[in-house]
Amino acid sequence: MAVGLTHYLVVAALLFGLGLYGILTRRNAVAILMGIELMLNATNINLVAFNRYVAPAAVAGHVFALVVITLAACEAAVGLALVMAAYRTLETIHVDEINLMKW
Amino acid sequence: MGELAAFIILSALTLIPAVVVVTSGNVVRAAMSLIPSFLGVTGLFVLLGAEFVAGIQILIYAGAIAVLILFVIMLTEGGTGLAIRQLNEQRLPGIVVAGALTAGFVVLVVRTAWPLAAGALPASNVTAIGTAFLTDFILAFEISSLVLLVSLVGALVIARKEL
Repeated sequence: MAVGLTHYLVVAALLFGLGLYGILTRRNAVAILMGIELMLNATNINLVAFNRYVAPAAVAGHVFALVVITLAACEAAVGLALVMAAYRTLETIHVDEINLMKW
Repeated sequence: MGELAAFIILSALTLIPAVVVVTSGNVVRAAMSLIPSFLGVTGLFVLLGAEFVAGIQILIYAGAIAVLILFVIMLTEGGTGLAIRQLNEQRLPGIVVAGALTAGFVVLVVRTAWPLAAGALPASNVTAIGTAFLTDFILAFEISSLVLLVSLVGALVIARKEL
């Protein structure tokens, strides 16, 4: 049995579901960012797998995966800076305790 | 046969640490488990013939982002102690929502007839990626470099001590 496109897409869907579960159940903002990284990895697997099996001669999937990796690095830097700012002013990084704008 | 074995091993290497990432009560253990998960994804990229993306994945994800996350855990030690509850009360809704979405994705993926194209991969596509970035995808290239610059400055401004 050869490995096909469906195998990769199923693995990516499972990884995406795990990342979503982490985002929904974590209290720690850093751990929520880890869940987001898992979801972005799942999308990258999808992009590269489609490139391999639907258009093997093209490189568009690789290019978009590289753009996603770049934006993931930006998102991690800004997100973790926000976590640092929240920790400095509110002395907590648990998202269920940061409720200044909730009434 | 060898490809299937490699695929199964790399998928397990990706998914089992990912389970630890989302369920572990120890945040440092969760952050360390990200690294084997990223390396498993790297292996899947190599299996798919995307060597350049695999190299960038190791550099950016397994190198930079994992270290960044560990540093922030170190700097915010008040929130990451072992005695602190790390999971909220949404465990059951979380399982239901994530499980339903994943099941939906899997059904969708398995039942769709994808327009597969046969054809051999080029021996090396690094040159093609560089050419594509500077011709067809020049706008995406320029915008992502701009976003990179803005987020660098923004992260410095936000994390600075006094505003």
